[in-house]
Amino acid sequence: MTDVITRADEKTQAPITPPRGGAKDRWVRRAPLLPALIFALIVTQVPFLFTLFFSTQGWNALRPGSRHWVGLSNYKTVLTDDRLRSALLNTVILTAGAVIFSMILGLLLAILLDRKFFGRGIVRTLLITPFLIMPVAAALLWKHGILNPDYGLINGVFGGDTAWATSYPKTTIITTLVWQWTPFMMLILLAGLQAQSTDILEAARVDGANAWQIFRGMTLPHLRQYLELGALLGSIYLVNTFDSIYTITQGGPGTATTNLPYEIYQTIFSKYEYGEASAAGVVVVILTIIVATFALRVISGLFKMEEGR
Amino acid sequence: MTTATAPVAAGTSKATRHRIQSSVWGVVAWLAGIIFVFPVIWMVLTSLKQAKDVTTNPPVWFFTPTMEHYANVFDSNITPFLLNSLMASVFSTILVVVLATPAAYALSLRPVAKWSDALFFFISTKMLPIVAAVLPIYLLAVRLGIKDNIWTMVILYTSMNLPLAIWMMRSFLLEVPREVLEAGEVDGAGLITSIRRIILPMVSPGLAATALICFIFSWNEFFLAVNLTDTNASTAPIFLLGFISGRGPFLADLSAAATLLSLPVLLAGWVAQNKLVRGLSMGAVK
Repeated sequence: MTDVITRADEKTQAPITPPRGGAKDRWVRRAPLLPALIFALIVTQVPFLFTLFFSTQGWNALRPGSRHWVGLSNYKTVLTDDRLRSALLNTVILTAGAVIFSMILGLLLAILLDRKFFGRGIVRTLLITPFLIMPVAAALLWKHGILNPDYGLINGVFGGDTAWATSYPKTTIITTLVWQWTPFMMLILLAGLQAQSTDILEAARVDGANAWQIFRGMTLPHLRQYLELGALLGSIYLVNTFDSIYTITQGGPGTATTNLPYEIYQTIFSKYEYGEASAAGVVVVILTIIVATFALRVISGLFKMEEGR
Repeated sequence: MTTATAPVAAGTSKATRHRIQSSVWGVVAWLAGIIFVFPVIWMVLTSLKQAKDVTTNPPVWFFTPTMEHYANVFDSNITPFLLNSLMASVFSTILVVVLATPAAYALSLRPVAKWSDALFFFISTKMLPIVAAVLPIYLLAVRLGIKDNIWTMVILYTSMNLPLAIWMMRSFLLEVPREVLEAGEVDGAGLITSIRRIILPMVSPGLAATALICFIFSWNEFFLAVNLTDTNASTAPIFLLGFISGRGPFLADLSAAATLLSLPVLLAGWVAQNKLVRGLSMGAVK
């Protein structure tokens, strides 16, 4: 928790030796990797090939025997349809909102926890608790126990009869996600804060820098890679948000909280438009690849630092 | 005399101010912690309330606790769901560890030629949205007759956690000092011996942390469970959905069930909180 590997200035081990030797040695080296590699290839890549194939089929499961080749017309439907565009926009809003707010709160909490005070360990335990609650349980708790207009905790304590989940659907979803994911950001950023060299901070203080100058000039730049990592991993997890939308708003009211996973889920399991759902899936994969290429560059940066140690 | 005491007095007041300041921040931190955990406290309180106190407005804070709702949960056929969740989580975790540990070894201590490509291949599978693959998986499972089968869930959860486990195990394996391994080789330790005697004891805390993270993610998984299971293989998160009836009193039973089902992960997470961040960051942050 207190040290970090992604630092170039740490004492180093010798870099990994590149493999040498004949074909037999190469296979000996590969052997332990192969089961995992083959497993991952089959379970994660083969379904995508099928999705690619299905996306070229006109196929509604409610009309048996209707499956036929339609070329790219599903893509035309999907790309010109407002539904996918609004789902894409909702995905961006919900993901970005949740990541940004949980990051800000996580940073504030990490700064608080970086100080010594009575019961610090207990407070940290309290703060990570939301992350450990089963997501579906958390969503149900928020929907029925806290936001319910008649007997929910908020209206019960503050009065009023606001139907929070229907009046402020996006805010509701973002709030529950932020509640669950702030601990995650906090832990990563706290690890970052604690990896900062206290000698350098002390030296800056001796040189007369005030707390804000130290924070802006030294702590934030040092935290940058941790902020990037948190944003990246948070986005990877949160872009697939399904549990809370399924449980709290069912994508509504209207399509106000229908994100891409929920949209595709509905296309498959309530409209049975298999062809269209597959085309939407392929579009999502392409978008993900674009975002991931950028994301991998960030990881790659972190990763090089690790290798350089 | 006065010149000698002045700095001391200034020093004390500075120390006092410092102490006051830090206790103020301590109070703020405690408040933040309590606010964050409050929904959970509310859930537990609700689960202990008498039926008549559950849906009052304003809420009742003092009441005679009852275990009635926990009894209701156990009476509503929870066992198969728990067993399914336990099977899916435990078996997928074992499978993940068995697949990921040798793979991580081949990507760290005795690396294959293109180890970084392989490493990035694994992480890219984590980035691909599961929703784009769910249709073929669903159709294939129906065709093969393995829909609503817990072993299907085991396989899927294994592939879900594999990248995370490989990255995490790799970061632990890289910590094994190379000198110790080389010394072992000089002493004539074969590969098996050095794995058993040197590597495994050193990475076993890491192995435990990896297994724990995989367990948590499988235990909580919802999307695949709701789409690929019906009656036989439904897991704990699905069990919770069964409590929603729209009428008020269900809330206490729901809270009891939610508390019970969150408890294993909660305890595990509290115990292993020092390792949590490393697992969640796939080994990038220690």
